[in-house]
Amino acid sequence: MGLLLLVTFYITGRGLGASGAAKSTVVATINKVAPEHAQESTYYSKFISDDNHPLNQWLVFEVIGILAGALLSGALSNRLKFKVEHSPKITSGRRLVFAALGGLAFGIGSQFGRGCTSGAALSGMASLALGGFIAMLSIFGSAYVFAYFFRKNWI
Amino acid sequence: MGPLIPLGIIDSSWNNVFAILIGIAFGFILESSGFSSSRKLAGVFYGYDFTVLKVFFSAAITAAIGLYYFYFLGWIDITMIYVNPTYLGSAIVGGIIMGLGFIMGGYCPGTSYCGAAIGKIDAIVYSVAMMAGIFLFSEFYPFFEDFYNSGSLGNVTVYDTLGISVSLFMIILIVIALVAFYVTSLIQKKVKKVEY
Repeated sequence: MGLLLLVTFYITGRGLGASGAAKSTVVATINKVAPEHAQESTYYSKFISDDNHPLNQWLVFEVIGILAGALLSGALSNRLKFKVEHSPKITSGRRLVFAALGGLAFGIGSQFGRGCTSGAALSGMASLALGGFIAMLSIFGSAYVFAYFFRKNWI
Repeated sequence: MGPLIPLGIIDSSWNNVFAILIGIAFGFILESSGFSSSRKLAGVFYGYDFTVLKVFFSAAITAAIGLYYFYFLGWIDITMIYVNPTYLGSAIVGGIIMGLGFIMGGYCPGTSYCGAAIGKIDAIVYSVAMMAGIFLFSEFYPFFEDFYNSGSLGNVTVYDTLGISVSLFMIILIVIALVAFYVTSLIQKKVKKVEY
């Protein structure tokens, strides 16, 4: 993993990412469904330009690769299966509700943090950016603090 | 001399090709390390599986050491390496919300894509909900625009902020990592095993 990150920096000058592709998808969808709203919005309009489609982004291609790479690894070790993974102590319904709440929170947080565990924390730490260390400490620190309240979901 | 694409040694039209190739390698490594499982990821917060911490920490340190080796050997123009900007308040609040999302959902964005790719329905739900979260943020952006842009420190490095040399910082970081690996291995032995 470290060598891949190093090669990525050596080729592209920047690190890996993940949440940026989800943001591009949201921007592209809103721009398609409600173009006027997207142009007027102070947030979406940052990521829209006339000569470049919002999905024509490095991170979007990288995430397409992530999906393919994970699928390949899963196929090679016989892990391809539709299922809801959860602790035997909770129902799959409860797991899905918390997966949705968690995704929602992470989506909001990743915008405030200008990136997620990959882009802000991992890549930021590799380039020794102050922001990378702040992201790592605040994400993991907060998860440790909140872990007590959600322990029934996991252990 | 690198970085290759920003310096024009490889033409920028290759950028997206490398994006897909790098993505494939990233996805493969994450999935084969077991990170498509939310129960394995959550292990780091309950002490029964510290793989995430080890992979994450050692990857960041390997890349950081490699980059500075390349720099000392003259193989890379370190000023062309992207140092992400720091907005203090927004970064901390964002991190806290992400931590809450992590412990509720069991995934972070990159690992949820891996889970989704191999058919984990909870990971698919997580990924879709994440986009809903980004949508909510975007719609309500005017309310916290000022906060989002406050506390800007620019593209600063951690060793400049601490006022120490990069070499000293690197040594401190390696020592912290080694201590963390040792302590977590002791904790993992004491905590009750969780089967998943």
